[in-house]
Amino acid sequence: MSIDLKTIKHISKLSRISVDEKKAEKLASDLNSIFDFIEKLNELKTENVEPLTSVAETTLKLRPDEVKSKNLREQIIKNSPKDNEDYFVVPKVIE
Amino acid sequence: MSDITKQTLSELVNNIKEKKLSSLEVTKAFVDRSEKSKELNTYITEDFSNALENAKKFDDNPKLDLKLPGIPMAVKDLFCTANVRTTAGSKILNNFVPTYESTVTQNIWNEGAILIGKLNCDEFAMGSSNETSFFGNVQNPIDKNLVPGGSSGGSSSAVAAQLTPITIGTDTGGSIRQPASFTGTVGLKPTYGSCSRYGIVAFASSLDQAGPMAQNVQDCALLQEVISSYDQKDSTSIDFKRNQYSKELTKDIKGKKIGIPKEYRVDGMPKEIDDLWQKGIEYAKDCGAEIIDISLPHTNYALPTYYIVAPAEASSNLARYDGVKYGFRADGENLIDMYEKTRSEGFGAEVQRRIMIGTYVLSSGYYDAYYLKAQKVRKLIKNDFDEAYKKVDAILTPSTPSSAFKIGEKTNDPVSMYLNDIFTVPVNLAGLPGISIPAGHDSKGYPLGLQIIGKAFDEQNILNIAYAMEEKIDFKNKITDWWIK
Repeated sequence: MSIDLKTIKHISKLSRISVDEKKAEKLASDLNSIFDFIEKLNELKTENVEPLTSVAETTLKLRPDEVKSKNLREQIIKNSPKDNEDYFVVPKVIE
Repeated sequence: MSDITKQTLSELVNNIKEKKLSSLEVTKAFVDRSEKSKELNTYITEDFSNALENAKKFDDNPKLDLKLPGIPMAVKDLFCTANVRTTAGSKILNNFVPTYESTVTQNIWNEGAILIGKLNCDEFAMGSSNETSFFGNVQNPIDKNLVPGGSSGGSSSAVAAQLTPITIGTDTGGSIRQPASFTGTVGLKPTYGSCSRYGIVAFASSLDQAGPMAQNVQDCALLQEVISSYDQKDSTSIDFKRNQYSKELTKDIKGKKIGIPKEYRVDGMPKEIDDLWQKGIEYAKDCGAEIIDISLPHTNYALPTYYIVAPAEASSNLARYDGVKYGFRADGENLIDMYEKTRSEGFGAEVQRRIMIGTYVLSSGYYDAYYLKAQKVRKLIKNDFDEAYKKVDAILTPSTPSSAFKIGEKTNDPVSMYLNDIFTVPVNLAGLPGISIPAGHDSKGYPLGLQIIGKAFDEQNILNIAYAMEEKIDFKNKITDWWIK
C-alpha cells in the first residue's frame, strides 16, 4: 500500500492541519513506513472475532444532571486568545 | 537534618509525622535542589514560591493524620491543576490555565501534599523519549545527553534526580514504565478504570491511565493508595474494592505462579536484556515463586494494533484544539484558514503525524480495514492474557528492549522509536496493571527494568511481587549529580 500526496492533502483537509509541499512529502514518507508496519495485522484472520471497544466491562452509569461548578465565566473567557469580554471572537463567518 | 532530598517518601512522611522535620524544611530542600538542577529541564512550570507559602501554612495548622502530610510534589504537566498553567508539553496549550483540578491531583492534595511544579513530558504524551515536548529535551540524571524515556520523562528524571520525593505520570502505551526503566525508578500503570481520567489532558481514552512513579515499591504503593478512586466524573472509572496497598504490602509471595511468555524473547533483543530477564526469574524463584512457561501468541501484533487505536482516539480527542476558546491561535484569512494554521503551527511534528494516521484510519472507506480490524486484534490480545491467567498469577518480562539511548538517536525514524514500547503496549491494550522495577545495569552502567504484569484489579499482587524482588535485587542507582555545578 502506498499513501500518495493526494491522500495526504485529503487527510490534512479532514484534520484541519495545513501542509505545504515539503511537509506533505515528509508526511507521506513517514506514514508509508508506519503503515508498512501496521499491515502486519492482515496476517490474522478476524472474521469471527468480536471487536473490543472498551476493556472496562461496565455499563455506563447515570448521574443527576446538576451544575456543580461555580460561575467561572470570567476565568474561562480569560483563556481565549481573542475575546470582547462577553464572547469568544473568531474571524468573520457571515458576509 | 541533612540530605532531606535523599530520603524516601515513607521516611519523609514519618519524619513530618514525628515532627522531626517541618513541611517547610522538606519543601525548601526539594525547591533548592530543583533550583540547582535547571540543566535537566524537568520543569515546564515552577510553582516554588506558592509551594513554600503553602508549606508554611501547613506547618501553622498541621494535619498529621493525612497520608502525605506537607509533602512537596511535582506532577506531570498532563494533569490539569486549577489556576496553574497546564501545557501538555504543547505550544497549543502554552498559555492554558485550567479552572478545575484533575481528580488524581485533587486526591493527592486532599492527603496533604503540596504542588511544587509541573513536569516536562512529550507533547500530548506522544513520544518515548521526551523529545517531542515544545519545552525541549529532558536530561536523564543517569548520564549527560541521555533521554529519560517518555512520555513521562520529566517525571522520571525528577524522581531519579530527587527533585521531588515522588510523582505521577500517565501511561497510554508505556509512558510510565519505560521512563521508570530508563532512570532506575519504579513506575506503576494501574488497571484501566482504577485512577480517574477526569482532568487529564486526553490522548487515547481507552488506554490512558495515571500512575505513581517512585524511588521504591513501598512509596509507589502508598501513592497508588492515594490516587486510585472511583469517580463519577470519569464514565469508565470502575467501582471496585481498592486495597490499602501500602499497609497490605508483603514480601511473602511463596507459591505465587509467575508466567514467562516466550513471545517476549524478540528478534534482535540485546543479550543484556535476556540475561536480566533470566536473573529476574532466579530472583522470583528465590522469593518462593513458581515459574511457569506461558504463551501470549498475539504479542507481535500489539504494536501495529496500538498504532491504529491510539492515533484514532487521539485524532478525535485533539479535534478540540482549534484556537477559539483557549490556547494558541494563528491568524487566518477566514475561520477555516485560522483553524488550519493554528493546528499546523500549534502542534509539533509527531502529534501531527499521529492525528493524520488517526484521521486516515477512521476515514470513509478505511474504517473496517484498519480501525475495526485493530479492535478485533485487540480482543485477541486480551484473550491471550485471559487464557494465561488461568494458569498464572502474574507475568514477568523485561520492561524495555534496550536501556536509555542518546538524545537525537531515534528522532528521525518514528518506527524505531515506537519499538521501544514493544513490551509495555500489550498491557494497555488489555487494560491490565503493570509495574516496572529497576533490576540491574547494562555494560554502560545504565539502568534496566523488569516488568510484572498482573490480572485486572490485582495491583496488590504485583506490588507484593515487586516488593519481594526489590529486596533480592538490591538495586542502587548510580547518580553523580553531574549537572550541579
